[in-house]
Amino acid sequence: MLVPLEWAKDYTNINTSTKELAKKMTMTGSKVEEIIELGQDIQKVLVGKIETIKAHPDADKLVICIVDIGTEKIQIVTGAPNVKEGQLIPVAVHGAKLPGGISIKRGKLRGVESHGMLCSGEELGLTEADYEGAQVDGILVLNEEYPLGMDIKEALQLAGEVIDFEITANRPDCLSIIGLAREMAITLGTSFKMPQVKLDKGYGNIKDQLKVRVDNKELCPRYTARLVEDVKIEPSPLWMRRRLSAAGIRPINNIVDITNYVMLELGQPMHAFDYEKIEGGTIVVRNAKPGETIVSLDDKDRALTEDMLVIADLNKPIAIAGVMGGANSEITENTKTIVFESAVFDGGSVRLTSKALGLRSESSSRFEKGLDINMTDLALDRAVQLVQELGAGKLVEGHIDELARPIERKSFCVKTSRINDLLGLDLPVSQIVDILTRVGLDIEDLGQEIKVTVPTYRNDIEGMADLAEEVARIYGYDKIPMTLMETSVAKGTRTQKDRLLERIKNTLTGMGYYEALTYSFTSPNIYKTIGYTDPKDYPKSIKIANPLGEDNSMMRTTIIPSILEVLSRNYNRRLDRCRVFEINPVFIPKEIPLKELPEEILTLAIGAYGKDYSFFTLKGLIEELVERLRLEDRISYIQDKHPSMHPGRCAKLLLDDRAVGFIGELHPKVADNYGISDRVYLGELDLDLLLRETNIEIKYKALPRYPAVTRDLALVIKKEITAGQVLDKIKSAGGKILEEVSLFDIYEGKQVADGYKSLAYSLTYRASDRTLKDQEVNQVHSKIVAALESDLGARLR
Amino acid sequence: MKAKLEEIRLEALHALEGLDELDKLEEFRLKYLGKKGALTQVLRGMGGLPAEERPIVGQIANEVRNQLESELEQKTKDLKEAALTRRLEAEKIDVTVPGERPGLGRLHPVTTVLNELKDIFLGMGFDVAEGPEIEYDYYNFEALNLPKNHPARDTQDTFYIDNTILLRTHTSPVQIRTMEKQKPPIKIICPGRVYRSDEVDATHSPIFHQIEGLVVDKGITMGDLKGVLDVFAKAVFGPETKTKLRPHHFPFTEPSAEVDVSCAICKGAGCRVCSYTGWIEILGAGMVHPRVLEYVNIDPNEYSGFAFGMGLDRIVNIKYGIDDIRLLFENDIRFLKQF
Ligand SMILES: [Zn+2]
Repeated sequence: MLVPLEWAKDYTNINTSTKELAKKMTMTGSKVEEIIELGQDIQKVLVGKIETIKAHPDADKLVICIVDIGTEKIQIVTGAPNVKEGQLIPVAVHGAKLPGGISIKRGKLRGVESHGMLCSGEELGLTEADYEGAQVDGILVLNEEYPLGMDIKEALQLAGEVIDFEITANRPDCLSIIGLAREMAITLGTSFKMPQVKLDKGYGNIKDQLKVRVDNKELCPRYTARLVEDVKIEPSPLWMRRRLSAAGIRPINNIVDITNYVMLELGQPMHAFDYEKIEGGTIVVRNAKPGETIVSLDDKDRALTEDMLVIADLNKPIAIAGVMGGANSEITENTKTIVFESAVFDGGSVRLTSKALGLRSESSSRFEKGLDINMTDLALDRAVQLVQELGAGKLVEGHIDELARPIERKSFCVKTSRINDLLGLDLPVSQIVDILTRVGLDIEDLGQEIKVTVPTYRNDIEGMADLAEEVARIYGYDKIPMTLMETSVAKGTRTQKDRLLERIKNTLTGMGYYEALTYSFTSPNIYKTIGYTDPKDYPKSIKIANPLGEDNSMMRTTIIPSILEVLSRNYNRRLDRCRVFEINPVFIPKEIPLKELPEEILTLAIGAYGKDYSFFTLKGLIEELVERLRLEDRISYIQDKHPSMHPGRCAKLLLDDRAVGFIGELHPKVADNYGISDRVYLGELDLDLLLRETNIEIKYKALPRYPAVTRDLALVIKKEITAGQVLDKIKSAGGKILEEVSLFDIYEGKQVADGYKSLAYSLTYRASDRTLKDQEVNQVHSKIVAALESDLGARLR
Repeated sequence: MKAKLEEIRLEALHALEGLDELDKLEEFRLKYLGKKGALTQVLRGMGGLPAEERPIVGQIANEVRNQLESELEQKTKDLKEAALTRRLEAEKIDVTVPGERPGLGRLHPVTTVLNELKDIFLGMGFDVAEGPEIEYDYYNFEALNLPKNHPARDTQDTFYIDNTILLRTHTSPVQIRTMEKQKPPIKIICPGRVYRSDEVDATHSPIFHQIEGLVVDKGITMGDLKGVLDVFAKAVFGPETKTKLRPHHFPFTEPSAEVDVSCAICKGAGCRVCSYTGWIEILGAGMVHPRVLEYVNIDPNEYSGFAFGMGLDRIVNIKYGIDDIRLLFENDIRFLKQF
């Protein structure tokens, strides 16, 4: 909300500097965004009078003027076609500054000295709306008398300070000059007065000419109107235009300007209809009928729906209530009689309508926050007062006031001790009463309690907490002493999940992986990009109804694409190796459309490329992680297929028999989609499942007291038999005394027959209660060999 | 005999003195002290001596042997020492050559700062609570005193899935979920991802991270809120940091405040980072609105509480002087490496 300070000063005293005012207002709840000093960019431009005009000896298009600027007469050469002797004009003297960073210096024009410049309206940054004649070809000719030498900013009211306030949603009363003037008075402890309106008597009677019927009193609790005849449409006076411009509203003509002026001043949106366009002289406030449309003032055709409130005549809508007027009843140059409307519409309804139409206005943004039901008639009278002041028309006596129900002021009782308790203060009742009275509440001291009656413009005040805020903001937030509560919850604890996550992240970063954070949105086309060929295989995914573009319209069901983007970005920036991970939820719906919230599965995704990285680097990492979670005995890896992965290099991870994720090498086609020509390794794990199953209990196991016996085992076996199968066989045949099996060599080639491979293992035997005898070890070892031979067709080398 | 022994002694000592290689010492030992060495030879001839001389000569012979052995030992030690010194000298390296790094990764700066904040609040007795990112309108808005069509909903441009389900716009629904399940005293922080339909630019991201705090108990005051925020701000931005609460409005707190901290960069004098105000706005806070307590069946006449919430990404940016929030989501390793 832009508040020109001199406007606010009509209603309150400001007894301090603007800077100090801004600081204090911020601390009482009206946050100052900015102090704007108008006319800063115009310096040393004065009112001057052209005394004489002579031809320039060397240039046809230039003339030499002698200009009186009060203190002296100076010579200025100009090319303006409209100069005449005796004109009052703006003169930029030597050292002057104009908008756009232009500075004026004395100099010679075609050999003749010129001590400044005569300014056009445009050069002063003015438009026709600011000053009549501002946009003519040539200099700006002032059409009123001003003392010679007067600063043009003073003459044209271009100077002044404007404060831009941020107004919170609970204070629609502050979307007005008087609202903020009142806050200034409360803040500074100065006086405040409402506009005093006295109208000259009109003639006739409005009831003879205009009828108003409110069909939907719920959505329109009050509708007031007045009639003005013999309207003369013309520009409004300079002071009004300057105030409107300073407050951010473009002046249009006197009647429209008056409605805007009243809205800014009192916070009550107003509308003016051309009376002659209202069929049947009747205004009906009703819901739109099916299929009705209206062309709004911004010349757009709007389709209305039945839940929208309209202002209509007997046949058609003439305005969208509280949002915007219709072109069919707009004020034009030919308008003779106008209806001023000042009404209260239901905030929620205005909000819905303006949202549905995609049409927000100064009016709708005020209505939707809820307006003071007591303001309509004052606003109406203020508008008529301005009409009379401007000589813009003649009042028809009387006014329409359709009020749905008697106006009541909210009232409730509160113990002042509770206000103190909430704030951590110990203010005497009298001080609390003083503050609440100062902010405009009526307070009755009932001893134990106070009875509060709230003015209609402060409907946000509903109970004790609201009063506490009023007390706190006036007493000063900064004066509330800092304390630390003694609550019975003494110690904060991290959840097990939180601690495990930290362990996982530390393990990963310790092994060289960077943590990435990426968007949870993705594109519906992503599945194709990561290698899915048949849309039937696409995972069910949640779509956002109002996304920021198609590419961000789906909640991800996998982090893999995000990781690929990170790898790709770093690859493009010529990083020769990159290892990243992300831990975040993926969103898995049970069904689409959603009947309940989707499952959010905390997921770990890992990606890497670069020299010396292989499938087994990634698998090794996973093995370390799994061990860190103490799940190593329950995890197995089986060969698998995944649309994104190399068909021969992908493993599914099982926890017992539940799938917990996959690891593998990225399919080169998918890598190509991301512009990576290196081999890429990826893994994705269901962390929720892993963390749920994690065994955090640590039990020390005694170190072995008896020596181990080691035997090597070299096998030749069919290629398609996996190392996992061999391991399982060895373990099951080895029984209790087989402590450890490690695969130390895999070989295919020269000395091994085609279709076969050689595997070399080192087996460690140990018993916990005795030293093993050779014979015992030999027995078990032979049993293992026998099992491998008979069950897997292996042969010892 | 005596003279012979003396001769051997002198000769041997002389020879030993001239030795400068470790390998030659064994040769020396064999020559003088070995089974076939000079000294043994002499002793063997002792049989031809008169009986009364034998002990004397024997004693001298032992003296010579002892002396030679000890000299040999000393020599061995010296030569070994010298050899080691030579080797070490030869092994000198250029320590300015770069090391072989195993290559550490890094936590994302948002995680690092979150961990720091968690530690601060855990230390003050807060627990950590979490909730879903896809949330019911009820938890995100309604139960927080933001009924349908409330104008304040506009300030949180919301991504909707349908009429009742949305992407949470703040972590406040976790407060409601916690209060539904748990009776006071409650003292939690809720960190997490939140979503707002803001177009991306240097200061806006449709996804960012928040951390919120909630305390509900008997006798909780606004002074307590100020106290907790002051402890927090000093812990994060340094012990000199001042906090300032300005009145504001949030539908779920009353009274409400926006909270500024004194600019850590210019110490309040005014600089570019704080737009020359000396203050940086970092969070919103207030006393839990009685209606919010009523929603979760906590009696506002008996209990009170405060809540605060801040953008984690913003704290990260202020702390490290990052001027573009997009960097946090780009995951350029050259960026991540710096934290
Ligand atoms: Zn600063």
